[in-house]
Amino acid sequence: MTIEQSEVEKIAELARIRISDNQVGEVTARITEILAMVDQLQEADTTSIEPMANPLGATQRLRADEVTEVNHREAFQSIAPAVENGLYLVPKVIE
Amino acid sequence: MHTNTVAQLALGLQRRDFSSTELTELYLDRISALDDTYNAYITVNAEQALAAAAIADARLAKGTGDALTGIPIAHKDIFCTSGLRTSCGSRMLDNFVPPYDATVIKHFDAAGAVILGKTNMDEFAMGSSNENSYYGAVKNPWDTSAVPGGSSGGSAAAVAAMLAPAATGTDTGGSIRQPAAFCGVTGLKPTYGRVSRLGMIAFASSLDQAGPLARTAQDCAILLNVMAGHDKLDSTSSEEPVPDYTAGLDKPLQGLRIGLPREFFGDGLAASTAAAIDASLKELEAQGATLVEVSLPHSKLTIPTYYVIAPAEASTNLSRFDGVRYGHRCDAPKDLHDLYTRTREEGFGDEVKRRILVGTYALSAGYYDAYYKKAQQVRRLIQQDYLDAFKDVDIIAGPTTPGPAFALGAKSNDPLAMYLEDVYTLAVNLAGLPGMSVPAGFVDNKPVGLQLIGQHFDEARLLNVAHRFQQATDWHTQQGAMPQGK
Repeated sequence: MTIEQSEVEKIAELARIRISDNQVGEVTARITEILAMVDQLQEADTTSIEPMANPLGATQRLRADEVTEVNHREAFQSIAPAVENGLYLVPKVIE
Repeated sequence: MHTNTVAQLALGLQRRDFSSTELTELYLDRISALDDTYNAYITVNAEQALAAAAIADARLAKGTGDALTGIPIAHKDIFCTSGLRTSCGSRMLDNFVPPYDATVIKHFDAAGAVILGKTNMDEFAMGSSNENSYYGAVKNPWDTSAVPGGSSGGSAAAVAAMLAPAATGTDTGGSIRQPAAFCGVTGLKPTYGRVSRLGMIAFASSLDQAGPLARTAQDCAILLNVMAGHDKLDSTSSEEPVPDYTAGLDKPLQGLRIGLPREFFGDGLAASTAAAIDASLKELEAQGATLVEVSLPHSKLTIPTYYVIAPAEASTNLSRFDGVRYGHRCDAPKDLHDLYTRTREEGFGDEVKRRILVGTYALSAGYYDAYYKKAQQVRRLIQQDYLDAFKDVDIIAGPTTPGPAFALGAKSNDPLAMYLEDVYTLAVNLAGLPGMSVPAGFVDNKPVGLQLIGQHFDEARLLNVAHRFQQATDWHTQQGAMPQGK
């Protein structure tokens, strides 16, 4: 299976990773190699095999809906790149 | 003193032969004298370590110390440590000082252990050579032109070079066992869910598991006693009771059935490594174990299965690194989209980007069934192979790696060649089983690792077999021509 450069540009956009124009060819070649290796999976007969998400077959645990945590906002925001009045700052989104 | 095991050091501390402060100073001195050569540590925790050692000494003086009280331990830089930079080997987290401790760190802290520092690793634990670290490659203490293995390469090198008596690591596809094999130390990846993942920076959440690296199986048992257990803050951690892993170490091996997968001994395994593994198996046989050939027919699909599931989970986990709440942020973003895409371009290295892109592709509309769902189905077939084999045998044994440590740079530009390094270890994570690597000889003066694979939650038996093996062999005590320092 080969992947087109335009598809790599599309998944890079989905993953929010900028790839410079001079690197996109190299990235495409590497990903093509990996996907070709991964294609060996298609030879396995998986008819009626249940997909396995957790190796111990665990399911999500539930707990009572009670407040157990205190607010750590100041500690968490102390390591943020930019905050103001308890809010995280990002470039203007709405013009 | 630096050649001692954790068990020996603990005895010395409890007898007051030396203090934790003296012991911690010795390791800090060794790190400052020798680690320029190996680059095993990203951050050395000198001041806080000595403060913790003083607290441990007070506890030991009162006679209330535990097995690890006052023992200096190195932690892989993937475990969040409150107030101590945790980089995960990435530029993305170069400035990240966690506001909380991982559960594993809390357990060591409660036991009175001392944090010596944070060890080097492949970025976000993605790699098999430690060359993917933002902080530079780690050198193998047995041969500084060779890799230490990865991703817990700094932890393995630190123990091998005696820059720590023991260390923690994490293993998503072999990241404890492969570096343990390459560096000649003993490493254990527990059953999935045995050790809490809370505060351990996530790579692939259905595969990640933390474990110890040390000089001996006995030391691994002592560390696992502290690390293991249910954590209500990790919904995938197991409620299975935690036994005393040191209790059954001496049990004779009479009657033990060891399965040898024929797929682990075929093409791809270097003949010299195979010879060392065969000699090790003969030693176990001499102690009363029976060797039985078994088959794991889906072995050839473990690499493709892993390289769909791990990148898919990684692409999801690593979406949190967005330059907004913590970590790297690019300079002067012109809008929010530019902030995200440039922060992630600058913050992640090549291999991490590749895996995020492959994972994003495997999960994207139109490809999900062909890749992710298919890999999850094959994952079940791989696990079933092991469960079938365990109907006839108690443990499975074979090589940890296809050969000894390879040269720095030999595979760093060839991801597929690098992926093949983990051919014998990946399936253990896919199946959620415990696995160990135990020093088992030398090839070209570089260590070889014997891999032992157990049934779910049967860590005690692996430790028992490894301990008995180490009672009869001295591979794990050798130091070659390593500089001894003081």
